[in-house]
Amino acid sequence: MALKIVKGSIDRMFDKNLQDLVRGIRNHKEDEAKYISTCIDEIKQELKQDNIAVKANAVCKLTYLQMLGYDVSWAAFNIVEVMSSSKFTFKRIGYLAASQCFHEGTDVIMLTTNQIRKDLSSPNQYDTGVALTGLSCFVTPDLARDLANDIMTLMSHTKPYIRKKAVLIMYKVFLKYPESLRPAFPRLKEKLEDPDPGVQSAAVNVICELARRNPKNYLSLAPLFFKLMTSSTNNWVLIKIIKLFGALTPLEPRLGKKLIEPLTNLIHSTSAMSLLYECVNTVIAVLISLSSGMPNHSASIQLCVQKLRILIEDSDQNLKYLGLLAMSKILKTHPKSVQSHKDLILQCLDDKDESIRLRALDLLYGMVSKKNLMEIVKKLMLHVDKAEGTTYRDELLTKIIDICSQSNYQYITNFEWYISILVELTRLEGTRHGHLIASQMLDVAIRVKAIRGFAVAQMATLLDNAHLLTGNTQRNGICEVLYAAAWICGEFSEHLEDPMQTLEAMLRPKVATLPGHIQAVYVQNAAKLFATVLQKHEGETDSQAAQETSQLLIDRLPLFVQSANLEVQERASCILQLVKYIQKLQQKNVEVAEEVTALFAGELNPVAPKAQKKVPIPEGLDLDAWINEPPSESESEDEKPKAVFAKEEPKHYRSRNTEVDEKELARRREVRKQEQANNPFYIKASPSSQKVYDAPGVEHIPVVQIDLSVPLKVPGMPMSDQYLKLEEERQQKEKAERKKKEKKKKREKRGKGRKADSGPESEEDITPAQHVDIVTEEMPENALPSDDDDKDPNDPHRALDIDLDKPLADSEKLPVRTHRPEVLKSPAEDRVSESVPPETKKKSSKEKKEKKKDKEKDRKRSKEEKKKKKKHKEVEEELLESQPEEPVQSEETKEAAAPPTSTSAEEVTVPSSAVETSSAAVPESEPDEPKDTEPEDTKSSKHKKKKQKKEKEEKEKKKKKRHHHHHHHGEAGGEDSVQNGTVEEEEPLPPMSNYSVLAENSFIKMMREDAEQVYDIQGNHQDESKVVVSIIFENKSDSFLKSMEFNVLDSLNSKLQRPEGAGPHDGLTVPFQLPPGVSNEARFVFSVQSIVMPQKLKGTLTFIVKSDESSTHEKLDFKLHFTCTSYLITTPCYSDAYAKLLESGDLKGSSLRLEGINMPFHHLLARICFHHHFSVVERIDSCASMYSRSIQGHHVCLLVKTSDQTVSIDAKCDEPSLLGNVLDELKQTFSKC
Amino acid sequence: MIKAILIFNNHGKPRMSKFYEHYTEDTEQQIIRETFHLVSKRDENVCNFLEGGLLIGGSENKLIYRHYATLYFVFCVDSSESELGILDLIQVFVETLDKCFENVCELDLIFHLDKVHNILAEMVMGGMVLETNMSEIITQVEAQGKMEKSETFVFQCPRQDR
Repeated sequence: MALKIVKGSIDRMFDKNLQDLVRGIRNHKEDEAKYISTCIDEIKQELKQDNIAVKANAVCKLTYLQMLGYDVSWAAFNIVEVMSSSKFTFKRIGYLAASQCFHEGTDVIMLTTNQIRKDLSSPNQYDTGVALTGLSCFVTPDLARDLANDIMTLMSHTKPYIRKKAVLIMYKVFLKYPESLRPAFPRLKEKLEDPDPGVQSAAVNVICELARRNPKNYLSLAPLFFKLMTSSTNNWVLIKIIKLFGALTPLEPRLGKKLIEPLTNLIHSTSAMSLLYECVNTVIAVLISLSSGMPNHSASIQLCVQKLRILIEDSDQNLKYLGLLAMSKILKTHPKSVQSHKDLILQCLDDKDESIRLRALDLLYGMVSKKNLMEIVKKLMLHVDKAEGTTYRDELLTKIIDICSQSNYQYITNFEWYISILVELTRLEGTRHGHLIASQMLDVAIRVKAIRGFAVAQMATLLDNAHLLTGNTQRNGICEVLYAAAWICGEFSEHLEDPMQTLEAMLRPKVATLPGHIQAVYVQNAAKLFATVLQKHEGETDSQAAQETSQLLIDRLPLFVQSANLEVQERASCILQLVKYIQKLQQKNVEVAEEVTALFAGELNPVAPKAQKKVPIPEGLDLDAWINEPPSESESEDEKPKAVFAKEEPKHYRSRNTEVDEKELARRREVRKQEQANNPFYIKASPSSQKVYDAPGVEHIPVVQIDLSVPLKVPGMPMSDQYLKLEEERQQKEKAERKKKEKKKKREKRGKGRKADSGPESEEDITPAQHVDIVTEEMPENALPSDDDDKDPNDPHRALDIDLDKPLADSEKLPVRTHRPEVLKSPAEDRVSESVPPETKKKSSKEKKEKKKDKEKDRKRSKEEKKKKKKHKEVEEELLESQPEEPVQSEETKEAAAPPTSTSAEEVTVPSSAVETSSAAVPESEPDEPKDTEPEDTKSSKHKKKKQKKEKEEKEKKKKKRHHHHHHHGEAGGEDSVQNGTVEEEEPLPPMSNYSVLAENSFIKMMREDAEQVYDIQGNHQDESKVVVSIIFENKSDSFLKSMEFNVLDSLNSKLQRPEGAGPHDGLTVPFQLPPGVSNEARFVFSVQSIVMPQKLKGTLTFIVKSDESSTHEKLDFKLHFTCTSYLITTPCYSDAYAKLLESGDLKGSSLRLEGINMPFHHLLARICFHHHFSVVERIDSCASMYSRSIQGHHVCLLVKTSDQTVSIDAKCDEPSLLGNVLDELKQTFSKC
Repeated sequence: MIKAILIFNNHGKPRMSKFYEHYTEDTEQQIIRETFHLVSKRDENVCNFLEGGLLIGGSENKLIYRHYATLYFVFCVDSSESELGILDLIQVFVETLDKCFENVCELDLIFHLDKVHNILAEMVMGGMVLETNMSEIITQVEAQGKMEKSETFVFQCPRQDR
């Protein structure tokens, strides 16, 4: 009997399949939850059965319940059981359930690895397919690692059905197991050309997804994709490829140029709107990336805009929406072409579709100008009134504010109008954006001084009518405005016409219903108003009014003293007591106004929102360091055994320690102070920060009178319109005036008048109604520019930023299970594993070499350009490439070993730098001398450096200031001279390096190119000349270096050229960041007045070292040395002109004798040519004449003779001091050989 | 990438949900509710795109939907998908359903959730579009249906014995 019941119940359960469950749920609408819970109980019973069919049925029902929101994770193990059924039907049910509810946290997933592997290699393609589909939803890093190789094998499956699924799932595998990307990539690439279009499409899909996140790694595939784009007919594939190109073009402008033509062809030919749209989108991306590089891109822009207009005008809302979306992309770079469609976009504002209206709003943001701002905003205000639904209205509100406030209120010509708009916006019911309006009011009132009077009047009205705003609890958001109103009225109360009335309005009992923070502002500003009122009545014989005010406060403030809000309470009771005291004084007829006003004296300056963040961390302050080392747990454990051996009282030890510390600290503090005093980067007690904000002469700026008789007191009436009219009138008037003037002009010059008259007036023609100065926001001195848009560290795609062009290394092979050799034995796999190792080695070393060569070539090239001797480039490059690397090093080490024989001429000329104190400079430069000869190669000189470090441990500062003369070895300049001197058959020149180390520390090395590019800007040689200094920054650390700022202390004579608006002590931002091991070159322009003497400039490079855990500020001091030769330009001179020059007798002579020079004469000449920018005019045997010209036009002539290791140089120049210095520098160059 | 595919009826009752990223069941229901809320209040003749809800990925994502009779088909996608392309895909999906169920209606989806999933699996895999060719999709779905039928026959035999 019992058995029968059991059997019957089993039957019943068994009968209830998915359809029954659904039916049941539908029949139990009232008690659905209860019914489902009984069903779940049944399912739990079913899952206990041994019959797999019953289990599968149960799991199937669970899948349905999961969709309804029931947690079914408890059945995970049963799902795995069903997955492992041998029947396809059940397997599919199992995998489906798994794909719906498994995730990385599901622990039974690790049981599935072998089952999935078995299914993947199943002879039935649908078993494999189902496994792949399921896996794509729940793949975990472990599964990805274990199965990557199996899936990779499936990418070459005979059935396209499996191939395309395997290709597609690889993307998920890459995400979870990034190491698999490189080994799998060649095959993935292969699949781009699979015969089956589905597989091809899948491969395109995956690579597009990958490339979208890290486009630069996939640039090398561009030609392949280009081929696909021109050959494929599958719109899906085309769209994907075209989208991918959109991501690639910003990285490679040449690609963009190639794309324009096929894309425009597609635009013209395709009938598929989706394809057309993506083409237009990518063309836009291309044009953005090219921006100005293409001569005829206006045609493409026109084509795009025209096609988009067609889309926007289409009745299909989808096309309209997309058209607007794409239009906004064009707007960013080509606003002019979009602005001509303003009519169309304004029309879209009336569209019934909110998405379209929002898109149109976005477009309007970029389309406003000074001329049309009022008109556009007026239109928007109309929409605000009409709009139903708060979201769209709020969106409108924020848009209006965005549009008006963009780029520092650039387009606002009349701030009174803007204040009126803001006041009108306060009448919006139920907006969430009260705080936005409030902050705008505050911002404008603070920063536009001229508007304060008007703003205060408006705010007073607002306060007076506060009940209208706060009457409804729904309108709570808007009462934020009162916060701003109260503050403005209080802070600028001197502009109030009737402060007493405003004061009264601020102390109404109703105020107590406002939020606490607003009440607090009310109370505080009531006090400010009180001060103003007192001051107004000061000196009047009758003190009645003042006393009445005090009484008013004393009467009303107790209400706030009772406030539940702590802030309100505190402020109110403070002020109440103060007023009571004042009242006492008043009754004794004591004058108090001045004292009370003093409470609120001084003006508040606007501070930039990021100011606090940008305060640079002063040197020596390590924010991460402990001030007091915390007692670590391990220490306390260690201490016990310690006590056994050393039993002295720890107290004593401690105190002694702190004593030392204090002394040490004091000493350090002193040192730091001194250092800071000498360092221009520190803020000293100078009032320099003040001056920026003394907006000069605001008072003198004439403010246009506006008729204020218009009733402002009725807040229900819109009043911004009047400004529109006013503005129109004003513009018309101006226009008329201009026309008058033009007519006059016309009369004067008839021919030219026509051109000026025609056409609409341009932007510049509109003069602002009021002359307003927008006060800039305060920033800390020496604020560092920082980029905040660091990538999200949690982005899974970061891990996929992998260089795919590098050959595979042995270690990168995918893990293969060894006990199943048949998986391993795929032919492709064999190929990979066998051939890779030797290839890698060869290639990588080859690559290195090539890279090096490339680098040198680059340097070479840049220098080449400067010297403008392009015709020799090829020959030189060949020469360069054929030169072995070893000689360079040996040459360098030789030079490094050679001790300096004479002190340089630098010391003599040091005082020319104004800021440098000579006492500091002279001793510093002496120990620096030996370092000058240090070779670039840091390795060879490492131990030497260490020694030096030891010697100068105390003078830590100097260690960094490794300045350089640039009389150094070079590698290419020699050729120049050879060509000049027409000597070809002599022995090859030793290579000469052009770069010398300027300064370095453990993070960065600065190398400076010796042969500066020198040019003068003005025809007048007596004026300033410009010198360009190329500096290579090399990151030596393994951290990321960013926010590099280059600064030098200007001297009277030489100044770093800074961008306009920068102060004389501001640094220049180096326009790049340096990843570990990378070097890059930046150029800095210096203006120099006098060139007859060498110059030394002290400078500092500040930068941020960013490693995984921390980022620290570092700096590196250096000295830039401008020798006199750096002002010389290699200028060819013909011998007859040279002779004439010498004959003219304008030149003063001087001579120099060098002993013990044993180098071939042509080497000597080459050195002079290379290092000192001379050219050989004529050479006869061991005698040569050379010429050079300074940037300011001084001629320098040399006659060089040599005999027996003695070189004599006779020199002539029209500027004796220049000549003297050049000769000294020549001497120095050869003293080092 | 496609982040999620949702089918719900005019009252917001879910008829199928496929999430390609993991969410808890509660979040999934919230997403469905939010999406329904966003989509259902839109007029018939407005565009089929709207900015994504707050729950799925935020502003990066878009909702692309179509409304057929009593059902909403909503795809939540990121910026790598072509808007018009996805609209076409929805059309393909619905037409495929129509072919497989022979005049599909809401009830078909309600009672054959697993079959809908199986059809979808032939079109979209792990959030990426697998196949857009309708006849290819139908071929594969039918081949698997046949396999299932042959197995079901074997499986039903013991039941009849009882």
